[in-house]
Amino acid sequence: MTSDVAAAKPGIPRNPDAETLDPFHGVDFSKLERSLHRPRTFMSMLWTVIVSAMTLFALIPLFSVLWLLVWRGGRKLSIAAFTQLPPAPLEQSGGFGNAIVGTLAICGMALLISLPIGLLSAIFLAQAKPDNRLASSVRFAGKVLTGFPSILAGVFAYGVVVMATGGYSALAGAVALSILMLPTILLTSEDAIRMVPERMKEAAIGMGATDTQTVWMVLLPAAVPRILTGVMLAIARGAGETAPLLFTALFSSYWLLWHGHVKLMQPTASLAVLIYNFAGMPFANQVELAWAAALVLVVMVLIANLIGQSLANRQVQ
Amino acid sequence: MPTETQISKPPSRTQAITDTAFRALCQGFTWLVAVIAVIIVLKIVLAALPAVRQYGLGFLSGQVWDPNKKLYSILPEIWGTLYSSVLALIFGTAFGVAAALFLAEGFTADAVFALLKIVNLQFHPFWGKLPVQVENLLSNLIELLAAIPSVVYGLWGLFVIIPLVRPACHWLHADLGWIPLFGTDLSGPGMLPAVIVLSIMILPTITAIGRGALLAVPTRLRMAAYGLGATRWEAIFAVTLPTASRGIFGGIVLAFGRALGETMALAMLVGNANVISVSLFSPANTLAALLANAFPEASPKDVGVLMYAATVLLVITLLVNVAGAYIVQFTASELEGEKV
Amino acid sequence: MPTAEIASQEPVSTNGKVDPSVVMDCNIENLYYGSFKAVRDTRIPVQKNAITAFIGPSGCGKSTVLRCMNRMNDLVRGFRLEGHVQFRGQDIYGPKIDPVAVRRFIGMVFQQPNPFATSVYNNVAFGLRLNNFKGNKAAKVEEALKSADLWDEVKDKLNESGLSLSGGQQQRLCIARAIATEPEVLLLDEPCSALDPVATRSIEELMKQLKARFAIAIVTHNLQQAQRVSDKTGFLYVDTSEGSRTGYLVEFGDSNQIFHDPKQKETQQYIKGEFS
Repeated sequence: MTSDVAAAKPGIPRNPDAETLDPFHGVDFSKLERSLHRPRTFMSMLWTVIVSAMTLFALIPLFSVLWLLVWRGGRKLSIAAFTQLPPAPLEQSGGFGNAIVGTLAICGMALLISLPIGLLSAIFLAQAKPDNRLASSVRFAGKVLTGFPSILAGVFAYGVVVMATGGYSALAGAVALSILMLPTILLTSEDAIRMVPERMKEAAIGMGATDTQTVWMVLLPAAVPRILTGVMLAIARGAGETAPLLFTALFSSYWLLWHGHVKLMQPTASLAVLIYNFAGMPFANQVELAWAAALVLVVMVLIANLIGQSLANRQVQ
Repeated sequence: MPTETQISKPPSRTQAITDTAFRALCQGFTWLVAVIAVIIVLKIVLAALPAVRQYGLGFLSGQVWDPNKKLYSILPEIWGTLYSSVLALIFGTAFGVAAALFLAEGFTADAVFALLKIVNLQFHPFWGKLPVQVENLLSNLIELLAAIPSVVYGLWGLFVIIPLVRPACHWLHADLGWIPLFGTDLSGPGMLPAVIVLSIMILPTITAIGRGALLAVPTRLRMAAYGLGATRWEAIFAVTLPTASRGIFGGIVLAFGRALGETMALAMLVGNANVISVSLFSPANTLAALLANAFPEASPKDVGVLMYAATVLLVITLLVNVAGAYIVQFTASELEGEKV
Repeated sequence: MPTAEIASQEPVSTNGKVDPSVVMDCNIENLYYGSFKAVRDTRIPVQKNAITAFIGPSGCGKSTVLRCMNRMNDLVRGFRLEGHVQFRGQDIYGPKIDPVAVRRFIGMVFQQPNPFATSVYNNVAFGLRLNNFKGNKAAKVEEALKSADLWDEVKDKLNESGLSLSGGQQQRLCIARAIATEPEVLLLDEPCSALDPVATRSIEELMKQLKARFAIAIVTHNLQQAQRVSDKTGFLYVDTSEGSRTGYLVEFGDSNQIFHDPKQKETQQYIKGEFS
C-alpha cells in the first residue's frame, strides 16, 4: 500500500511513461497511512474507547450484586433457612421456608390463570388476518401492558379480589401476578406460532386439515419450545415481583399448608416481600436472612431464565 | 363420490364441531384479554372517583399528606416520580446506547479478535469462535441485569450504594453546596441512590431494544458509508444511528415508562419524604413508592385517595407506554416494509 | 392478440356432458386478488390416469390456477373466483362446500419440500390421523413410502426427523404423505424446482408410476420436464394489454401436439424460444 510497484520488483525497468499511466501519480502515500495524529482517526479511536469503557462500567453493578448475594447471602444459607419459619424480632436462627412455598404457590396459580388465556388468544392472534381489528387492538393492549407498572397490578387485584373477598390472600397475589405475566405469554406465544414456517402450515392445510387440526398437530408442536421460553420468562418475572404482592398476598409467618389445609384465602408469605420487610429491620439476623432469601430468589429467577434461553436456542430447523 | 375403502373423507361431525368450538374459544379468550385490559383501567379509575370528587384538582397541586387531618395531595410525589425518572433516563440512555453500540456494531467481537491475534489463535477451530461467543455472552449478561428482581436491587442499593456515595455527597455538599443540585446533604436514603439504581434497572431495556434497532439497519447502508471513506464512527453517527434512531427512541420511551412505574427500588431508597427539591441528596417520594408504603396500612377511607394517586400514575404511564409501543411498532413495520 | 374463444375450442365438456375420464374440470372465467385480475378465461380438464402439465412464463398464473383446484387460494385475502371448478361433476366452490373437505380428496405437493418437524413415520401418518383412520397405520405408511420410492432409503430411520432427509428425499416424503390418504387427484406445484437433476429424475419416474392410481396435475417451468412426463399440456401466457398482468390459457391439448405442432402463435414462440 505504501511502496510503489516498480520499487517492489527491482528487476523490471521502470516504464518511462509510468508517471503518466500511474493513477496514483502525485498522491502522497504517507497520507493513506493510519495515524492517530489525524483528528478523524483519533476521534474514532476515542469513541471506541469511551463506548467500551461505558459498557464495561455498566456491567459492574451486575457483578457487584452477584458477588454480594453469594458472599452475604451464602453465609446465612443453611438447611434451616429452607425449612424454618421467619424469626420474630431479636430471635436468632429462623428461615424462610414458607416464603419459598408461598412464592411457588402464588406463581403457579398466576400461571394457571394467565397461561390458558394467553395461549388461546395467542393462537387467535397468530391466525388472524392482518386487518382484524380485535387482533390488532389486543396485540397493542398486550404491548402497552408489558410496561404496565407492577404496583398498579397490585392496586387492581386489591380492588377486585381483596375488597371483594374481604382479606389479603394468595389468590389476590396470583391475580396481580397473572396480569403481569399475561402480556409476556401472549406476545411470545404469538411470535412462536408465527415463526413456524408458512410452508408447514400450508402442507397441513393442503391435506385438508381443519384449522384446529393444523394448530394442534403442526403449529403448536413446532412452537412449543419458544412458547415455553415465554412461559419461563413470565414465571421469572412473576417470582421476582414484590410491589403487587405487598397489599394483595401481604405476608405471613406461617406455612401455606397448615393443619392439612391449604390456606389460599389467607395472607401468604413470599420471598420478595420477605426481603423487603427484613431489609428495613434494624436486626442483623433479619438483614442476613434477607440477603440469603435474595440469593435463593435470584437463583430461582436465573434458573427460570436459563431454561427459557436454552429452549429458545434449541430451535427447530 | 367414490366409495370402496376410502381413507379420504370429509371432516367428521366431531371434527367440524371441535373446529368451530375451538375457534370460538380462541376468539372468546381474545375478547377476554381486551375486556381485562379495559376493566383494569376502569376498576382503578372508578374506585378513585369519590376521592376525585372530594379533593378535585387541588389534590395534584398541594404538598400536604396528613391522614390525621384528612389532608391529601401529591405534588411532591408527582415531582419525585418525574424527576427521578428523567435523571435515571439520562444515565440509562447514555450507558444503554453505548452498550447497544458496543454489542451491535461489532466492537466486542473486534476486541476479542484483536486479543486472540496477539497469541495468534484468531483462526483456531475452538478459540476462533470466541469473538462471537463473547458478544453473545455480553448481551446475555446485560439482559441478566433485567432479570434480577427490583427488590434485590433495593437491598443492594441500601447496603452498597448508599454507603458508597455518602462520603462523596458530603464532600460535594460541603464544597459545592451553592449549586442547587448539591443543595442538601445525603443523610441516608435519597434521590441519588434511587436514581443510580433506577438507571441500572432501565439500562437493559434501552440496550436490548437499541441493539435490535441497530442490527436491523441494513448492512448495505453501512457499506455505502464506508465506501465513501467514512471512518467507523462517522458511519455510525451519519448512517447507523440516524437510521436506528426511531427504534432506539422507542426503547428510551419504554424505559421511561418503566422508570415511572418502578416501585420497590424507590420505596427502599428514595426516603419517602414529602419534599420537593432539586437537590440530588434530598430524600423524596414517588407515586409508586407512596402506594407501596401507604396501601398496606390504608383505612377504607384512605383507599379512595390512594386510588386517585394510582389513577394519576396510571394516566402518566399509560401515555408514555402507548407512545413507546406505538413508536416501536411503527418502526418495526417500517423496517419490515423495507425488506420486501 | 389474445382471443377469448380459445378456451372453448378445447375438447372438454360441452353443455355439462362431461367426459367420464375427466376427474376435474377447472373453468376459470376470472380470478381476482382484490382488484387485481390474476387469471382469466382458463379451462383445463384433469383426466384420470394421466398427467396434465401447466406451462408458461413466470407470472402467468399457472400456480394460481393449480391452487384454485383444491381451494388453497382461499387463504389469500381478497381472492375471488368467477367460473367453476368441478370435481366429479360437483362445483368445489359451491356455497355448501367445505374447503377443508375438498383438500382431503385433492392432495397437494408444494414447490419447497415441506415436511413437518417430526419423524418420517409421523409425517406420512399425518393424513391418516387427520381422517381418523382406524386400520393398520404402519401398513399404510409402508405402502405410501413404497409408492413414493422412498421405503428402501428410510425404512431404518422411520423415527428420525423428516427434516434430516436430503432435498429429494424430503420431496418424496411429501408425496408419500399426500398419497397415504389415497386422494383422487394429486396437484404438484413445481415439485422439482428446489431439487438437483438426479432427484428431479427420480420424482419424474415416480409421477409416471403414480398416474396409474391418481389424476395428476403439475405446474412446471421446465419444458423438457413437461414433455417427458405429461400426457396433456396447457400453455398459459400473460396478457398485459389492460395495463396489468393477467394470465390466460392460450392452448390446451395432447402434449405431443403442443410441443411438436402448436396451433397458436404465442405457443410456437414460447416453445421455440425454449428449444432453439
